[in-house]
Amino acid sequence: MNKSRTVLFNAAIIFVIIIGVAAIAAPWISPYNPTDQETEIRFEGPSSAHLLGTDNFGRDVLSRIIHGSRPALIVGLVSVGVAVLIGTAVGLAAGLGNVAADNILMLLMDSILSFPTILLAITVVSFLGYGLVQVMLAIGFIFSPVFARLVRAETLSIKTEGYVEASRALGSGVFKIIIKHILPNLLGKVVVQCSITFAMAVVIEASLSFLGLGTQPPEPSWGLMLKDARNYLYQAPWMAIFPGLTLAFAVLSFNIIGDTLSEKLNPRLLK
Amino acid sequence: MKFLLFVLKRLLRLVLTVLIISTIIFFVIRVIPGDPALVIAGVDASEEEIDAVRARIGTDVPLGEQYVSWLGDIARFDFGESMISGESVNKLIYERFPLTITLAFMGIILGIVIAIPLGVLSAVKRWSFWDYFGMVFSQIGMAVPSFWLGIILLLLFAVRFPIFPLFGIGSLKHLILPAFSLGFARAAVILRLTRASMVEELSKEYVITARAKGLTETMVKYKHALRNALIPVVTITGIQFGYMLGGAIIIEQVFSLPGLGRLFLYGIYQRDFTLVQGGVIFIAVVFSLVNFLVDVLYSVINPRIRIS
Repeated sequence: MNKSRTVLFNAAIIFVIIIGVAAIAAPWISPYNPTDQETEIRFEGPSSAHLLGTDNFGRDVLSRIIHGSRPALIVGLVSVGVAVLIGTAVGLAAGLGNVAADNILMLLMDSILSFPTILLAITVVSFLGYGLVQVMLAIGFIFSPVFARLVRAETLSIKTEGYVEASRALGSGVFKIIIKHILPNLLGKVVVQCSITFAMAVVIEASLSFLGLGTQPPEPSWGLMLKDARNYLYQAPWMAIFPGLTLAFAVLSFNIIGDTLSEKLNPRLLK
Repeated sequence: MKFLLFVLKRLLRLVLTVLIISTIIFFVIRVIPGDPALVIAGVDASEEEIDAVRARIGTDVPLGEQYVSWLGDIARFDFGESMISGESVNKLIYERFPLTITLAFMGIILGIVIAIPLGVLSAVKRWSFWDYFGMVFSQIGMAVPSFWLGIILLLLFAVRFPIFPLFGIGSLKHLILPAFSLGFARAAVILRLTRASMVEELSKEYVITARAKGLTETMVKYKHALRNALIPVVTITGIQFGYMLGGAIIIEQVFSLPGLGRLFLYGIYQRDFTLVQGGVIFIAVVFSLVNFLVDVLYSVINPRIRIS
């Protein structure tokens, strides 16, 4: 790995740590209460009292960004976990099972994939009701086919490799083959997919909140802040700039971490 | 013959997918607590009024009967009437769809034009300026959420420098910023995959063989490797196109464009179930159709798939 990649990787790790700390310690480190309204200081630009300015209700933008890291991280973690678990199980079953099982499972997965991600998220959430738990389940469910397809495709190609057939000929059972040959081969791609999925989950949470279907006001969320910002582009551009930058840097960091890990796990790419 | 069989199988799968989606939607909507008739009739409606509403929206008959007539409606592609306005859902969808599909097309074309050449170049000239440029581009593209990009573009090119309109429709000018917001992120994904796929192909043994038998580098890279490298790219691009239909929902909200997405959201806010289910199924059908076409295309360029 060259030097600039190392610097980027470290910067990404540091940024993720900052967001993580912000999420955990939000009540103690944010300068103001994120939901306190002070109408006499609406639309104030960045100043020493309010580093990132105030919004349309006179709330402190920095404090809202700090508190907004909570829904973002929780949704990312839980939904990726759900997606990997469902996806890997289904993918292995489809890849190793008989043709009928493969067809049925993949048909189901394809049906889920037949919805554009955000549309499915909106639909599920609008039926389940708005809230963080629903958002996490919806996102985990939506991304499971991506893992299932990946795992199935890899399983199908790996199981016909010479060394796997040799191992089977020597008497290895299905579970031994899964653990010794298939999962290690999958790991790199699954990790990359996890990092991308984590980032996408964070974006979907923000998108749902932007549409008014995720985090509900007055609770802070990056997406919700952007929803408010859209209406005040002339009065308060900082309302649009800072939450979006935080969101973008968070996503960027997760992507960089995923990329770097995938290079480490798959040295062939570095050749 | 084999090809025809393959197409038929995929077509069957398309129909099955739509059937599964319709079934899920039907039951999910009926399972939600709350009688839609009560919502529509209002809090102070009389028993007769509520019954009249039930008869109008068809919830006065047993569930099984409702399901059969629902499937019949879907088969005829008839989504019924809006629970709130009473207008034909088909009419509402057809009015809004052209704008959304135009946006998606503009977005995907923008994405392909940027991504594929840059992706191939990045893979062929690895660790060069273009490769780094491509990496930075794709990282930014994937990190910046399309709706925030849209807001920032508005801030820059509609508020700060009023080149483009702030919202509304009427001309091509109204669609440029939204299409760019949509296409930018897609370009990043396609670029990343094109590069990865090309790098992988270039490291395969047949490339070494091709070189060993004395083919020129151009032949090796663009005839042998590129052909194989583009196979997964076709699939991803197709899927990306489908996702764009979904992404349009948010972008239409950012730019206040009266497309399918806004119609759908309006349905959700108003709890207009017929509109929502019609919208979901319509988009799912269009998306499945795109996937079907991609699969067929995929098998044309990759004959190995048909045999297995």
